[in-house]
Amino acid sequence: MKPFTYQRADDVASAVAAAATTPGAVYLGGGTNLVDLMRQNIERPAALVDISRLPARIEIGTDGRLRIPAAATNTDVAADPVVRRDFRIIAEAIVNGASGQIRNMATVGGNLMQRTRCLYFYDAGAHCNKREPGSGCDAVDGHNRMHAVLGASPHCMATHPSDLAVALAALDARVHLAGPAGQRTVELRDLHRLPGDTPHVEHTLEPGELITTVSVPAPPAEARSAYRKVRERASYAFALVSVAALLEVRDGTVVSARLALGGVAAKPWRAASAEAVLTGAPATRASFERAADVALADARPLTHNGFKIPLMRRVIVSTLEELS
Amino acid sequence: MNADPVVGRAVPRRDGPAKVSGAAAFTAEVPVEGTAHAKLVCSTVAAGEITGIDLTEARSAPGVVAIMTHHNAPAMRIAPLLITLRGASFTRAPVMQDARIRWNGQPVAIVVAETPEQADHAASLVRVSYALAEARLVFDDLKAGAPQPDHVQGEAPAVMIGDAEAALRAADTRVDQVYRTPWHTHCAIEPHATTVAWHDDRSLTMWDATQAITHSQATLAEVFSLDLENIRVVSQFVGGAFGNKMMWSHQILCAAAARLAQRPVRLVLSRSDVFRVTGGRTRTEQRVALGARADGTLTALIHEATTTTGISDGFAEQCTFPARVLYGADTFGIDQRVVELHTPANSSMRAPGESVGSFALECAIDELAEQLDVDPLDLRTRFEPAAHPTTGKPFSARHLLEAYRLGAERFGWAERSSAPRSRRDGPWWIGQGVATATYPYTRMPGGRASVTVSADGHATVRTAAHEMGMGTATVQAQYAADHLGLPLDRVHFEYGDSRHPAAVPAGGSAQTVSIIASVVAATRALTAELLRLTSSDSPLAGAGTDDVELRDGGIYLRDGGAGQSWPDILRRAGRDELTGEGAASPPTETAQHAMHSFGVQFCEVRVHDVTGEVRVSRWLGMFDTGRIINPRTATSQFRGAIVMGIGSALSEETIFDERTGRVLNATLAEYHVPVHADIPPIEVAWLGHPDPLAPMAGKGVGEVGMVGVAAAVANAVYNATGRRIRDLPITPDKVLGL
Amino acid sequence: MIVINGTPHEIAITDPRRSLLDHLRTDAGLHGPKKGCDQGGCGACTVLLDGRRVLACLTLAAQADGRTVTTVEGVGRDGDLDPLQEAFINHDGFQCGYCTPGQVCSAIGMADEVARGVPSRVSPEIGAASFDLSPDEIRERMSGNLCRCGAYNGIVAAIEETYVGGPR
Repeated sequence: MKPFTYQRADDVASAVAAAATTPGAVYLGGGTNLVDLMRQNIERPAALVDISRLPARIEIGTDGRLRIPAAATNTDVAADPVVRRDFRIIAEAIVNGASGQIRNMATVGGNLMQRTRCLYFYDAGAHCNKREPGSGCDAVDGHNRMHAVLGASPHCMATHPSDLAVALAALDARVHLAGPAGQRTVELRDLHRLPGDTPHVEHTLEPGELITTVSVPAPPAEARSAYRKVRERASYAFALVSVAALLEVRDGTVVSARLALGGVAAKPWRAASAEAVLTGAPATRASFERAADVALADARPLTHNGFKIPLMRRVIVSTLEELS
Repeated sequence: MNADPVVGRAVPRRDGPAKVSGAAAFTAEVPVEGTAHAKLVCSTVAAGEITGIDLTEARSAPGVVAIMTHHNAPAMRIAPLLITLRGASFTRAPVMQDARIRWNGQPVAIVVAETPEQADHAASLVRVSYALAEARLVFDDLKAGAPQPDHVQGEAPAVMIGDAEAALRAADTRVDQVYRTPWHTHCAIEPHATTVAWHDDRSLTMWDATQAITHSQATLAEVFSLDLENIRVVSQFVGGAFGNKMMWSHQILCAAAARLAQRPVRLVLSRSDVFRVTGGRTRTEQRVALGARADGTLTALIHEATTTTGISDGFAEQCTFPARVLYGADTFGIDQRVVELHTPANSSMRAPGESVGSFALECAIDELAEQLDVDPLDLRTRFEPAAHPTTGKPFSARHLLEAYRLGAERFGWAERSSAPRSRRDGPWWIGQGVATATYPYTRMPGGRASVTVSADGHATVRTAAHEMGMGTATVQAQYAADHLGLPLDRVHFEYGDSRHPAAVPAGGSAQTVSIIASVVAATRALTAELLRLTSSDSPLAGAGTDDVELRDGGIYLRDGGAGQSWPDILRRAGRDELTGEGAASPPTETAQHAMHSFGVQFCEVRVHDVTGEVRVSRWLGMFDTGRIINPRTATSQFRGAIVMGIGSALSEETIFDERTGRVLNATLAEYHVPVHADIPPIEVAWLGHPDPLAPMAGKGVGEVGMVGVAAAVANAVYNATGRRIRDLPITPDKVLGL
Repeated sequence: MIVINGTPHEIAITDPRRSLLDHLRTDAGLHGPKKGCDQGGCGACTVLLDGRRVLACLTLAAQADGRTVTTVEGVGRDGDLDPLQEAFINHDGFQCGYCTPGQVCSAIGMADEVARGVPSRVSPEIGAASFDLSPDEIRERMSGNLCRCGAYNGIVAAIEETYVGGPR
């Protein structure tokens, strides 16, 4: 681990000010991903600004939106009675991820900003355009079983590992930011960037910007929702594929549908085209199969991950069937 | 002997309180004054030459004490192989003696600094350049024409009885399939750790997480040209080993670095170094072909296995051993081949050979049963041989048919539906599978022990043995208490230090019986010495060791005769204590007999219809391993082996990039050992019939429990879904055929 | 200042790189918390930070400043083992013992999470007001603590006996 300086911020303003005035500073949340990457010499910040003790009270805003401070731990979000009652796939996604200890440490902001688990990204001895722009990608012709089938580029086919982000994408969450230039808000679905030819640019945050809050509108009252994850051991493993779905059915017809896919792209993948197919369609297996086909129409397999496409299709269809 | 024996009782572990309270000090936790900390720099290429090492930045990093590379490493001899019974190495590759790279992950420098953080950082600043050579990495390209090894664990690499291929062609019913298992890594939760302190140029102490104390001592003597008595190796608690905590390059490098740094040095391998610096279990490709008559008896049993080693290694994985011992057949065609690759050395991992070999054999038996439309357990009973099928030796004890019968009753095997894809609970298909387990009995030669009795009525057994969680200290105290005729709480067992009499490595499920044999010898020496001390008015005067028995804390004439307590003998002789030391008798029991542990594994799995995820929901292992000394620790050994077998069945795979030879998933996050949620309640039972030829009538339990596990799971998955998975691990995509 | 097992410790953290795990093991002389992977993959370093189970390897020592830490050494009372520790012995919930301190601390934190209404992946109803500590729940909630010796059955039995009132 490269030497660094450490300072702790007690509020957003001082955190942003500290980051702005400290060369090479990055924010430290729960540390579950950043400290690991620093120990592998993959992240090499000169300074850490600890934001893990910023206020973390979860509440419903006056606009009816759920407001989750970025410093809230995953456990606190999953345990929150309002989250569990009205935003249940957030809780479901969280408890499908990592372990009890990691969920106690990991913050919501850090969860969104965590980096890929691509084995080549994690190995300083391998080529990785994300780690060293222009150095090449060993995953292209290498072991790419866990890699992306949607939105990948020849330069990078890494996936985003978060479960929570998939649920938030399905729920139309927004991300509230504070930075040297003030505050702004982005849609969660616009937070992460696809790799293109700049896979090292993973998100739309400006330098020094800090996620302060994630807000989520209440889902349709009649909608049923589920988060489904497939993995290689029963717990404590990243997703092969995952699905966050909300489905509102009235008199056998789909009134509204939201579908987000995990483990298949560099970002939580909102399947808007499939939602369009579903809306107004009969709530039947045939509709769900058509929606899954549309959702995966642009999916492209690599050498070892072709199974993800039919597996994802099966999980989409069964999840929607379960919700109808 | 004890009137009220403690052997056979579920005595709690002696080290329990220390382990649950954090008091037990493992190797990296033993305080050593003035210790500096080391970090390895490892190659990122598999084959070639180091062309340059730039230490400029690293040398100027804060806290750096010393850096060693092949330029300034001392001359060190090659560590002897484990198979020689002198050493504990799996490779004859020299350690930091030249510029040559033999695998990706080979240490090329060791950096010593004041703190671990400083050593880590400085190591990241070492710049190494290489001239690449063509590496042997692609197994599928190299397996054709792979040579036979000189031997497979001391046995012939091939066994040909009759013309098995011809018999196969002529058979009424045939199975002829290829099975594959991937590389595995032991993944003990304690990473390898070593601390070395030189006392002067000729003597040192090494604290090491090892399962081969005596052999590590001998290795250091050979490598550094030291006298054996000037080397002390200490290993009190070992945080799991599973065959991997033997002698690797890191202990040698730590010792050399400590000499260079002129102070004690501690080296704890990072988790990725555990994966890349030490070796795991080879991948395997195995053809099993079975020919059968209509009545189900075997006309041909063919098992051909190709495995890998690193460059300059000596470990051919004994995949075909189960096929040599389990079933009778008219003809046998057994053959092993080895491909040498630029990978870390192949090493012994729990039930080496038998675990992955039984996957192939026991799946093939299941396939044959289906073709013959016979219950797979019934079919196995038809193959039961009267004597060892390939050597003709009689078995010392083999009660496999009874294990089948009792296991089947207990598991409820009769209620199984033999038709695949016929039981379902919601989205979960349910299936059941069975497989046979066997593992050879071994008693390694060379172990010694001492027994000391004291005037206060206590006895202490000492041997340089190992406690990696098997319960060594507990079960040996139990055995010694009965053997010496003392209450358990008056027997101490000291181990983990080369100052004690030499011990065999903890491997091959052989440590328990090997120690017992040496305790028997030591006790006999002690008894003789005590008898010499008795005075002429003692009832024991003139008696020899064969005339007496040990009971009630003393020595008594046989058949309830008179005698004296030890304290009495010692007091009258004016002695506080007396020690007898002895060497275990040569392991002649295997000369005329085949000796093996046996067992049968039954399991139930649930396979998700949509996702293909497999969950093991029920397990029964029924074992025939002779007498059990401690049911509690034995149960844990069996269960632990089954858990590791479930891991190999469903999730474990060490992934090498075949372009670079580099282990990719060198973390516990991406190498999937089973977690709590993967493991159902595991029922374990045993027959308990004594093996008349084994010391204590008991055989090894640590490894046989893993044998057959992956096959039982695969057979159950077939029963659940109708899909045969012949390559491990059984992942969702394979189950769904995607 | 960090309160470790009830005692305030004023140990200067001179290197910000020092993890809480290394701080406890090296500077505070408590080797109960174990280093298994140093990257959040095994749970052997689990300690209680302000009562919640966390991984000491991924926590910087500086982040624990002003907080309370309980290690396995601080679990028992007055020199006696905690009933959970006794249960680990009685159910043979370990073999080599290396993961054990983490399993013990994790189980304590886990039981507290259940009492506080934290759901798990296998909870029958995620919105429920309270959760039973069924064997399935224990297995899922303890899945962040690897045991390579495979003592899982004994660990689950020990936890059941301690927090549920006897194995079923």
